[in-house]
Amino acid sequence: MPERQLITGNEAAAEGAIAGGCRYFFGYPITPQNRIPEYMSEHLPLIDGVYIQAESEVAAINMVYGAAATGAWAMTTSSSPGISLMQEGLSYMIGAELPCVLVDMVRGGPGLGNIAPAQSDYWLATRGAGHGDGRCLTFAPFSVQEIYDLVGQAFPIAQKYRNPVMILADAVLASMREPCALRDRLDPPEQKPSWAVGGDQKGRQRNIVNSLWTDPPVMEEVNLRIQQRYRDAAQNETRWTEHGADDPEILVCAYGISARICQTAIEHAAEAGIACRLIRPISLFPFPTEVIADWAQRVKKVLVVELSLGQFIEDVRLAVEGACPVERFGRTGGMLVTPEEVAERIIEIA
Amino acid sequence: MRQEVFMAGMGGQGVLLAGQILAQAALEAGLELSWFPLYSPEVRGGWVTCTLVIADGEVGSPVVGRPQKMILMDGIAVDNYLDRIHSGGLAIINTSLASGEVNRDDIELVTIPATDIAAQLGSEQATNMVLLGAYVQASGVVELQAVEQALHRVLPERHHDYIPTNVAALQRGAQLAEEQLQ
Repeated sequence: MPERQLITGNEAAAEGAIAGGCRYFFGYPITPQNRIPEYMSEHLPLIDGVYIQAESEVAAINMVYGAAATGAWAMTTSSSPGISLMQEGLSYMIGAELPCVLVDMVRGGPGLGNIAPAQSDYWLATRGAGHGDGRCLTFAPFSVQEIYDLVGQAFPIAQKYRNPVMILADAVLASMREPCALRDRLDPPEQKPSWAVGGDQKGRQRNIVNSLWTDPPVMEEVNLRIQQRYRDAAQNETRWTEHGADDPEILVCAYGISARICQTAIEHAAEAGIACRLIRPISLFPFPTEVIADWAQRVKKVLVVELSLGQFIEDVRLAVEGACPVERFGRTGGMLVTPEEVAERIIEIA
Repeated sequence: MRQEVFMAGMGGQGVLLAGQILAQAALEAGLELSWFPLYSPEVRGGWVTCTLVIADGEVGSPVVGRPQKMILMDGIAVDNYLDRIHSGGLAIINTSLASGEVNRDDIELVTIPATDIAAQLGSEQATNMVLLGAYVQASGVVELQAVEQALHRVLPERHHDYIPTNVAALQRGAQLAEEQLQ
């Protein structure tokens, strides 16, 4: 086993990207994720990579677009207001069927908000990606090790489905330190994808990367192709973990930092005699609908814990389909819940 | 084993560094841990906290509502957080900057004039190490020697000149805690 190092979630995101083969980073500073671009600026130039601090988030995502069009494994990272600014570029990348990886270290909002932890970009991450009929494939890690692992895995996933992949975390996961086992860094593949543009290189087929389809039947065909990839991703990339009782009274659903808090909360609830099972979606789009639907048939109630005012709960409700009552617990605006508070709520509703 | 320690003080007192050094010692002892900082935006003089959860298995929540143990480095930290210590828990208070009189009789208390002791040892900046030494002694979470070793890993080499003062501060804090808890 490789030696474990004590690093922050931000450092894990950056090193995870490099280890996964990313060599192109374009970004613009914003708290609480500044350690990611800082780390990239230290490391990428040493391994023939490219680090550019763009003049804005809009510029950064369009630099990612350009790099991705050539087949480069490119990424950007930001926090909530910055991700808002990137929506247009993401929509264009989805339309042009281009892969990239982005990380959103979510902070309190709306507006400029604050720099404290939140999960209120759930809709932005899973429904957003600008206008049109596209979405980001979205994954939500809940530890420093998982940030490192998922960011690295996100690059081949983005390539496979030719679509942006969003890693959704928050200010707690960004700033906390945990032991993390680091792998050797992989080189990006030498072979460029068949659709990549190559400038004026002789002897290559001519490719066009474009999201402008003026003929509606053609645009519809592109959209249906993109939808088929989302269906394939639902088959292949749906991920979740389960913790707790095998015969639960209450099903708890939470992702990211909330799921970490719930891990301890369901232990407190068990001590008070209430058996809970925690389902933690790792992939938010595609969403682990079936497992939640199955468990919803077997429990009295579902408690959704999220640091937002009713975003994640919508996907849980769509999965539960009225099989049992679904309640929400959480805070917003940069406020955290504690395991003790979640346990109290579980006891109240049981 | 799962131990939660919450550290709080003002910016510049080394709250986060004390937590990081303990975290490194726990890592090298083969334990699982999470170190979670939360602080106000000021560069100096704002409030700073960190929560360290150390376990021999899964850490679970890095966020803790009622921690078992606290290191409180100034009076504001005592006023803001002492109420939250879990019943039966332990508070280590820097009585150079806070009163040692508290309104809890359900917790163990170690009161150390850590800033004065650190000044006597050569640098007020070692206040955090006096308090950390006391905590390590009182909690037994890791060996004091592991914390001394961790200083070498966590402090950048340009600051290794300060290690002897920090080690002396750790040892003095441990000694005082041992005396008080006897």
